Amino acid sequence: MTLGRNLCFLMAGVVLLAVIPLIFVTGTEFPGADGLAEEAIFALRPGFEPWASLPWEPPGGETESMLFVLQAALGAGFLGYYFGLRRGEAGKK
Amino acid sequence: MFLRWLLLLFILLLPRPVYAMHIMEGFLPLGWAVFWTLVSLPFVVGGVWSVSKKVAQHPELKMLLAVSGAFAFVLSALKIPSVTGSSSHPTGVGLGAILFGPLAMSVIGSIVLFFQAILLAHGGLTTLGANIFAMAVVGPFAAYGVHRISLKLRLPGGYAVFLAASVGSLLTYVATSWQLALAFPAETGGVAVSLAKFLGIFAVTQIPLALSEGLLTVIVFNFLLAYSGKELAALKLSGLRGRVGSDLGA
Repeated sequence: MTLGRNLCFLMAGVVLLAVIPLIFVTGTEFPGADGLAEEAIFALRPGFEPWASLPWEPPGGETESMLFVLQAALGAGFLGYYFGLRRGEAGKK
Repeated sequence: MFLRWLLLLFILLLPRPVYAMHIMEGFLPLGWAVFWTLVSLPFVVGGVWSVSKKVAQHPELKMLLAVSGAFAFVLSALKIPSVTGSSSHPTGVGLGAILFGPLAMSVIGSIVLFFQAILLAHGGLTTLGANIFAMAVVGPFAAYGVHRISLKLRLPGGYAVFLAASVGSLLTYVATSWQLALAFPAETGGVAVSLAKFLGIFAVTQIPLALSEGLLTVIVFNFLLAYSGKELAALKLSGLRGRVGSDLGA
């Protein structure tokens, strides 16, 4: 199998794994697992209060998602740069 | 009056930021927070030593080390819906653990977790030690171990990478479940009941994500095998090339 074909085949698997729950599991907003863990802790220990808080939190969902996108973009940008560089080097020989 | 109620309703309905995964700030009792910090510390220190030794021997590996970090950055930013009707994110530490060994990922994983706690309010500082132990110790060591065993069993290289990254991702969240169960044993039934509860939240959700992480790690590994032969040779991993011939490999 060529590299490109292999990539398509494996990416299709990744996409399917994310899309299948979206199609077949309905009636949920897919909340984060840690939010659910928070609820579980409150159920186990009624009256539990987190005893520390972070110095800074994003003011809202929009800023938070911007920062998450930034994190992914920085990582993906570097991966693209690295493989572009290596591929270019391989092509020159 | 009506306006005030409307305003209240508006505030209540405002989407609350939904964070994902790692143990949230302030949620681990002080004793456990200190305990996990002390447990994780030697791994991070050993990791710094291991990374600086490797980079001193092979300065050309710096870029590949950055690739391992970038991969963990991308993957831990992707919150993916799962069959349980909730979301979680992969860890991305399996790739670096296979390439540089588990201790190197204790450092890189810690950097990712610190960044997420400070800038994204995702995870926390008092829970940083516990989260490092789950994502940057258990995950990488599991991935590294599974990779070694798979190759010993003569599995094709692609499958070895897939299994290593998947198991590492899944066991990270099994560790998180254990940490919360130990800190919050149920009044009746104790740790076992809590563990079942937290495993249901974290580990079951992680199963399809762990498979995704395995596939994504194989994708990057195939690119490395195709274009980064020199670096893999410096890491003494180039012998894998021949074995990655079947299905999952290139």
